[in-house]
Amino acid sequence: MQNQVPILQMGDVLIVTIKPDLTDDEAVKLKDDILHEIKKNNIYGLILDISVVDLIDSYMGRILSEMSDMSRLMGASTVITGMSPYVAISMVEFGLNFRSIQTALTVEKGMEWLNISRTMGVSHG
Amino acid sequence: MVENIQIFQEYDAILARQRGREMAKQLGFSLVDQTRIAISISELARNILIYAGEGEVEIRMIESSGHKTGLEIRASDKGPGISDLEMALTDGYTSSGGLGMGLPGTKRLMDDFEIRSDVGKGTSITIRKWLSS
Ligand SMILES: Nc1ncnc2c1ncn2[C@@H]1O[C@H](COP(=O)(O)OP(=O)(O)O)[C@@H](O)[C@H]1O
Ligand SMILES: [Mg+2]
Repeated sequence: MQNQVPILQMGDVLIVTIKPDLTDDEAVKLKDDILHEIKKNNIYGLILDISVVDLIDSYMGRILSEMSDMSRLMGASTVITGMSPYVAISMVEFGLNFRSIQTALTVEKGMEWLNISRTMGVSHG
Repeated sequence: MVENIQIFQEYDAILARQRGREMAKQLGFSLVDQTRIAISISELARNILIYAGEGEVEIRMIESSGHKTGLEIRASDKGPGISDLEMALTDGYTSSGGLGMGLPGTKRLMDDFEIRSDVGKGTSITIRKWLSS
């Protein structure tokens, strides 16, 4: 099992690649790392890229929601990017929808959204 | 094609859903169906860990009387059982601070969903997905 989850910083945006089969321990550590980075580097936006995630069950759904909630409380906006079509289909059928989380097709589009919301001073959603 | 996975820890639940996906792929299930199956196994295996501590997941290829091919998964444990099945199958009901989506969501994703539970003795859930040809 690979333990390193890459966190990249671009300006005041963090880009986190979520790996498939995340375990409890890895999820706890990742949340911790993200919140530390947000605080330390005055982060405005968080991109959670899930393009390599092959399913979202209630466990993964909950982790992603929690990351987004915690970041928002600290003042950073979250965008989830890169969801595969089959992940979206199965997840909605299962009963999850991420209605309260911003999503975008790609990391680039997520970055664009964050730039627009920064310029317009939109509050976090 | 039968696979038996003992569920003792988180890695076993991950392994079970990976094996389920592989078997579904071998049988020719679509990527969406493979994912429906993997999510369902993940939910049932995690329930075993949370509520019973340990148990097992059995995945097998099956054939219907009408010669349809399918995948059957049985998740069983000797845990505390479920006293109110109707409640447990309700969206959002949880006894552990979870999302309460596992059982009702799995039922939606699968073609068949059967649950047997005896309080104090354990729980056995059988789900099936059929290949549409
Ligand atoms: N294997 C099991 N043994 C005992 N109780 C269970 C088991 N699986 C599910 N349950 C009960 O059914 C409820 C609903 O399960 P589920 O839909 O997966 O939601 P969650 O796990 O988020 O609570 C659980 O909260 C628990 O009370
Ligand atoms: Mg559950």
